[in-house]
Amino acid sequence: MSRFDRIRPWRSRRRVFACREMVELVTDYLEGALVPEDRARFERHLEGCEGCTAYLEQMRQTIVVTGTLREEAIPPVAMDRLLVAFRSWRQE
Amino acid sequence: MVPVMVGPGTPQDAGAPAVDDVDDLAALRAGDEDAFARLIHSYHPAMVRLAMNYVPTRAVAEEVAQEAWLGVLQGLDRFEGRSSLKTWIFRILMNRAMTRGRQERRTIPFSAMFDPRTEPGEPAVDLDRFQGLGGTAPGSWADPPKAWEGSPEDRLLARETLRQVGRAIEALPASQREVIILRDVLGWTSAEARNVLEITETNQRVLLHRARSKVRRALEQYFDEQV
Repeated sequence: MSRFDRIRPWRSRRRVFACREMVELVTDYLEGALVPEDRARFERHLEGCEGCTAYLEQMRQTIVVTGTLREEAIPPVAMDRLLVAFRSWRQE
Repeated sequence: MVPVMVGPGTPQDAGAPAVDDVDDLAALRAGDEDAFARLIHSYHPAMVRLAMNYVPTRAVAEEVAQEAWLGVLQGLDRFEGRSSLKTWIFRILMNRAMTRGRQERRTIPFSAMFDPRTEPGEPAVDLDRFQGLGGTAPGSWADPPKAWEGSPEDRLLARETLRQVGRAIEALPASQREVIILRDVLGWTSAEARNVLEITETNQRVLLHRARSKVRRALEQYFDEQV
């Protein structure tokens, strides 16, 4: 029995997640935060569902694309100023 | 109401000092300027980005981040290593940013105040894309997503695609933006993100979920327009 079932016992008879629930569980799944039984249910649903398989893949791709965004580097003037501060801190 | 599932925390580091962290600290204390410059290169852009959630302009955020580094130098001798060096540096940043934000009278977005039990639910996908109670399989896809894999990898990473992602992130509520930047843009672990933002594991995951779902949705919309 999963933790989810213990909170909502009437759910325990349900063996499958609906697609509508799947899209809300994707992050928990990717983060490894589903209890084993829910994880198994999640994966069982995936096997038979093209839509959710595509959805999961899109979420993975979204994470990859987001990871290629870059933040701006520090302005050289600011870096110089901080290194000067570091030198005077070192001398104290 | 969208169910929020609570699972056990991911078994990741709980903010304990990493080995290179200990080395960095020793190098800083020994007066190693290169070590200091390396830390600035790796953390400063993220610090400016986070500070921007609290102060009105990028210029002020840049100032706040620089002040935070001076604060790091001032506090270095007193730092006891109870959190990781990284967490400690970012906490200094957050404190400065919040103080500055109050001075600038900007309303402070507080991830810490986010509570998924009271926040209204935000479905990851528009509910009209699922079959209703009158359908043959209520809750199943009525309008399923189409795989993007037919799209060449270079389209996924094209400059315009990245701009769309950037824009979608800008449009997020501050608390969601903070989490997706730390986790997905900067690649932090959930433990690191939650320690710096001082939010629970569950809240961190809910915020990440909402943020990622919206970015996915923006990408889907963009790709659909392309066809």
